[in-house]
Amino acid sequence: MSAKVTYVSHTGEEETFEGSAGDSVMEISTRNGLPGIVAECGGSMSCSTCHVFLEETNVDLPEISEMEDEMLETTAVDREENSRLSCQLVLPDGAELRVCTPSEQM
Amino acid sequence: MTGNGIVIAGGSQAAVQFAGSLRELGYEDPITIIDDTHHLPYQRPPLSKDFLAGEVDVDGLRFRLVEWYEKNDVTVVLGSAVVGARREGDHGVAMTADGAEFPYDRLAIAVGAAPRRLEIDGSDLAGLHYLRDADDADRLKADLETTDDVVVIGGGFIGLEVAAGSLKRGKTVTVLEAAPRIIGRAVGEETSEWFLQAHRRHGMDIRTNAKITRFVGENGRVSGVELDDGTVVPAGVVVIGIGVIPRTELAEQLGLEVNNGIVVDEHSVASDGSTIAIGDVANLPNPYGRTREAMDRIRLESVNNAVEQAKSAAAAVVGTPNAYESVPWFWSNQGELRLQMAGLNMGFDRTVWRGDPDAEKFSILYYRGDVLLGADCVNNPVDFMAVKRALGAGQNISPEAAASGEPLKKLVVELV
Repeated sequence: MSAKVTYVSHTGEEETFEGSAGDSVMEISTRNGLPGIVAECGGSMSCSTCHVFLEETNVDLPEISEMEDEMLETTAVDREENSRLSCQLVLPDGAELRVCTPSEQM
Repeated sequence: MTGNGIVIAGGSQAAVQFAGSLRELGYEDPITIIDDTHHLPYQRPPLSKDFLAGEVDVDGLRFRLVEWYEKNDVTVVLGSAVVGARREGDHGVAMTADGAEFPYDRLAIAVGAAPRRLEIDGSDLAGLHYLRDADDADRLKADLETTDDVVVIGGGFIGLEVAAGSLKRGKTVTVLEAAPRIIGRAVGEETSEWFLQAHRRHGMDIRTNAKITRFVGENGRVSGVELDDGTVVPAGVVVIGIGVIPRTELAEQLGLEVNNGIVVDEHSVASDGSTIAIGDVANLPNPYGRTREAMDRIRLESVNNAVEQAKSAAAAVVGTPNAYESVPWFWSNQGELRLQMAGLNMGFDRTVWRGDPDAEKFSILYYRGDVLLGADCVNNPVDFMAVKRALGAGQNISPEAAASGEPLKKLVVELV
């Protein structure tokens, strides 16, 4: 029951951490104290400060909801095609992902 | 530096942020967090929401993993509270309830607030709940399984979050609010009225101006709540959320100035010139410039303040002080209603409505003259973020422009 996420900072530094199935990409980052994801609201989709760029993957991830779609319009660094709120990226068992974090979240 | 480091009383959001920020800023002396629970520090806001819905447990709410504390050399002492402190020459010594002693250079108090109790006839019955920590939430969650009749006393954030969640899970829910309107401390009258109608429309029975005389019980367990007109509202579980009282016992014991919280300056330093107080327990100079005239001191019960005040306090400790300035923000998820508030609205003299209240997606912007003070946004994160960013950048959105319905982001101008 594990999942693995590699976080690539905007300056190119990489760190990989393991979590459990059911954790979000945001949770694994904040619990390990990584700076790239702020997550002011702790994952309740209230703040748009856990923005990530998701690298192409076959992992089965939740679709973008209408609310997430709207919140992505309000991120500090403009949204791109592969933008997601990492609090919504809940990982299935065995998932391995790479995400890039933007230069600013606030 | 003498190398005794910092002792933080309380394992709150402010405490963890303070410890983390100190390390980020290069602080090298020992840091010890002392908390009376048995859990590594965790987030509290979800306790009244996802936790009761069974969507997350306390381990899932931890701010940091045990490995983070080890890596950052932050010691966490659980199961004991700091109950006193004394000076010993150039340093202090904190004492815990179980007799342990912890020397420090600086003491930080981040113990938060405790629920205000309702002491009336029947308040010792089983089935009455307050909600502060994960153990409270565990007990409430289990008890909610046993009944269909939920009574919530207090129409504030916590009460309405529990009420809306219970309603969603099929319970009969009655909210009893003593004041003429709900969420009266946090939002303006128009937002209160809209929430009252929306919750009623969704099936919640909300009674304002409710005067409770006693709890009625059977075999030691609550069965109803009696009002002053003699009606008894049936209750299998009662949740009491009537505000909080800052936990100032330790500060009082230390002789610090206390007035609705521990009185601190703009660097979060208390009246002795050394002790730090951060988060819900602190009474601080209003960090939000636009409302300072209307209110010079404030106590903020929010994640945002816990985090930002802790960062500011850490900067002061390492010798790079910046007077704490911030645009407060808050959120409350009540069933399908996601309320986000930016800024503060004290002293407002007009409001501008945007969006579609009937579709439950709208915003109310607060103004003093032409100056934007803040906004209450319901299911409307785009307006919320635009207002939050404009306020954070010291900018404005004129009331006339805001009323036009154009995206707020495009309407931001310099504040004149």
